[in-house]
This record gives sequence, C-alpha cells and structure tokens, in this order.
Amino acid sequence: MNTTEILFFFLSALAIFSAIMVLISKNPIHSVLWLVAVFFAISGHYILLNAQFLAIVNMIVYAGAIMVLFLFVVMLMNLNAETEPQKNLWMKLAGVISGGCLLMVLVSLVRQATDLNAKKAMTTTGDIGLIKNLGKLLFSEYVVPFEITSVLFLSAMIGAIVIGKKE
Amino acid sequence: MTLLALDWLLIIEKLVLIAIIVFASLGIALYTTFAERKVAAVLQDRPGPERAGPFGLFQPFADGLKLIMKEEIIPNSSSKALFVLGPGLAMTAALMTCAVIPWGASVQLFGRTIDLQIADVNIGILYIFGVVSLGVYGIMIGGWASNNKFSLMAALRGASQAISYELAMGIALIALLMTTGSLSLKTIVEQQMAPGHLWNIAYQPLGFLLFFICAMAECNRTPFDLPEAENELNFGYHQEYSSMKLGFYLFSEYVNMIMSSAVMASLYFGGYDIPFFNEALLPQNIAALVGVGALLIKIVIFIFIFMWIRWTIPRFRYDQLMNLGWKSLIPLALVNMLITGAWILAKL
Repeated sequence: MNTTEILFFFLSALAIFSAIMVLISKNPIHSVLWLVAVFFAISGHYILLNAQFLAIVNMIVYAGAIMVLFLFVVMLMNLNAETEPQKNLWMKLAGVISGGCLLMVLVSLVRQATDLNAKKAMTTTGDIGLIKNLGKLLFSEYVVPFEITSVLFLSAMIGAIVIGKKE
Repeated sequence: MTLLALDWLLIIEKLVLIAIIVFASLGIALYTTFAERKVAAVLQDRPGPERAGPFGLFQPFADGLKLIMKEEIIPNSSSKALFVLGPGLAMTAALMTCAVIPWGASVQLFGRTIDLQIADVNIGILYIFGVVSLGVYGIMIGGWASNNKFSLMAALRGASQAISYELAMGIALIALLMTTGSLSLKTIVEQQMAPGHLWNIAYQPLGFLLFFICAMAECNRTPFDLPEAENELNFGYHQEYSSMKLGFYLFSEYVNMIMSSAVMASLYFGGYDIPFFNEALLPQNIAALVGVGALLIKIVIFIFIFMWIRWTIPRFRYDQLMNLGWKSLIPLALVNMLITGAWILAKL
C-alpha cells in the first residue's frame, strides 16, 4: 500500500462513516455538522485527483456557505429530537425498500459501464483540475453553457429576492 | 528512507516549520493582547497594566495563568461535545491560514534549500478564503451549544456578518487577482519585489481599502464587533464559556488579526519585500531573515492600526452594519472590478 492508497481508504472510510452519522444522528444540528465532515472528505478525494481548485471551491461553497445557511435554518427553527414526528413502521419499510432499489440500480450501472471499466482515475498526475487549465477550458470550449449557467444563477437570485420581498 | 516512498526529510522540515510558525504566532498573539491594553491606555490617557514585571511585560502570562486557574463550568443543558468543540474550531481555523503565507524567501540550511512557507499551493488565496469561511463554525457551534438565547442571537449575528462581508472581500480580491494573474501568494509577493514594479497598493488603492474594512469585520473587531455587543447581548456568543475555553475564543480573535495582517501585507504591501532596497546584495540567509523582519514590522503596523480604530470608533448598529456591507462595499467593489478590467484592457 502506498501513501495515496492509504489516504484514499482513510478518506473513503471517513466519508462513509460521516454520511451514516448524518442519517442516524437524532439532533438535526449534529446531522448538519456530520454533513460538513462528508464535504471535507470529498474535498480530500479531489485533492488526491490533483483537482485542487475543485477541492477548495467545494469547501468554500458547500462547507462555508450552504451548510452555514442550513445551520441558520435549523438553529432558528429550534428542531429537537422530541419535536421530530414519529413515522410509522410501514413508512420506514417503504423507505428502506425504495432506497435499496436505488442502490442496486446504481451499483449495477457502475459495474457494467464500459466507460468506467476501461479508465482508471488519474491520481496526482492529471492536470485538468488545476485552475489554469479549467479556466481556459471553461472560457473556450464550454463558454456558452458556462454563460447560460451564470444567467440561470442570476435569475434564481432575483427570483429569491422577489419571493422574499413579497408580503 | 524509503518507507512508504515518502521524503521523510521534507516532512520533518515542514513539521519543524509548522511548529515554529504556530508557536511564533501564538507568542505574538500573547503580546498583542498586552499591546491592545497598552494602546487602549495611551488613547484613554491612563497608564495601563504596569504591575507585573518591568513595564507590565509579564501581564499576558498573568492573564493566561488566571484563565487556566479559573473553574471550568460547562452548563448542564448544553450539548457537551459541541460546547467543547466550539473554541477548538475557532482556534484551528484561525491558525490554519498560516500554511500558505510566505513568511520569507528561502534559506540554505544543512545543504538544503528551505522555503519559509509551509505550502506553496497554486490556489493560495482561495485556500485562505475557504479557511475564513470555516471560521464561522467556531462562533456558530459555540453560540448554539451554550443553549442560551443571547449566545444564539450573537452567533447568528456573527455568521451573517461574516457571510455578508466575505462577498465584498471576494470581489475586492478578484480585482487584485486580475492585475496579478496568479492565485499563489508566493508569486504575488515575488511580482511586487521585481524591479520596476510597485507594491500592489499603488494599483489597487480602493481594493485595499475594501479588503481592510472586510478583514476588520471578519475578525469581529470594533466597530464590527456586533457578535459581542455587551449592551444588547450581555456578552455575546461566548457568554456561557469560562476558564481557558473563553481564553481560546478571545485568543483566536488576536490570531485572526495577525493572520489577516500578514495576508494584507503579502497581497498589497510587498510581503517580505524591504522597500527601496535590493535584497540580492545581501547573502541569501541574511536577506531571508531581514525579509522576515520586514514582514513582521508590516504586521505590527497593521495590528496597531486595528487597535487604533478599535479605540477610536464606536460600534455600528446592526442595520448600519448590513447597509454598509451590502449597499456600499459590494457596489464599490464591483465598480473597482470594472475599472480594473477597463485598465487592463487599455494597457493591452
């Protein structure tokens, strides 16, 4: 086992453990904080793939902004374990079955996909994730989708303000 | 030396560097608390702490000892794990910034060239941005875990303030990055050291002003210390904290101040560059050490300005704070960015 493998397994274990803790934590605040830990582990994976820009943006946007807003909402609503509505057994069973089906479909897809089988993840060698190459690609080959995405964001922001202003 | 195929010498070198930088920052922070009390005393025309040791120089140790000796109280109805985690997170986030700051040029030691920077990543500024945005968690978790309404309100205030001012800070930084063309702090400092190139403050005066105001807000310094407004919130997000946990919160503010001073000095004031002097004339090691000294002097000047403002300007009201952030700083930063873009276009 070389260093990359050790780091990979450590980060994967951390991500899966934190994701499970998100689900089984009784307190919503704890769930949000475990989710932040998941994002950290995934950022670590990005760094292993030499995609430093993606890693840091994942941390700034998700851990630094979106999860803080989640915390805001949860703290202000003051959700507690006691006020959580109790779901009945059938609902839980239905959830387990549908979730299990989704997992099965995803796993079989990954196992059969020829695209994924032929290729291997480029750890610490690929340089497409560096900000220089990413920027050049975004502003040459993918400039139209990139600009359309920014227009979409702008309209979403204006929409949020309009909805928020309504009495 | 091939265990795990790592360069163990490099790891030892970096660990030593990390230890030196972290302990040096903590030491400077210790004396910053002393300087703060002395500066406050001078500005208010009183002697300030003078009893412990000559000129009161042992005062910070006395303060620290006092905090450690105090009884540690964890409120019964708090969530204990998070209550303990809060101050630790605040301190960690404050110290993590030091990893990408270039503290000096490289030195030759035992036949190795050692960079006085822990990690020269090519996204250095974004890393700082990420760490700053994580600093919010220390305040929010501490405030919420205390299970006190005042603490919670203060935590929410602190978080919304930090998020609001991060935006203006980011846009001010984009204008700077447009002129430098690099995200690596080391490259930015080296560009400013090059002959015929002025410090970035000459190209981005408005950008620096915006960045400075936002840095003050991010450090929760007066006039932006709304999260600890005693007259409305009793004591703020650390109201339930006692002993060294409270000390960690107070101390992380000073570490934050040092780190943001170091970032500002590196981005806008040439970092370890000595003004009006060609470093290449000196032997390498001496030049590097003098450079570190120059950076430290710049940091001290910034810290003094922080304190000067704190003891001069009263605290904002909350609506004033939000209006300043969203209605003045962000439009100004956008205009600054447009002007910079036009200037770069005209230069081509």
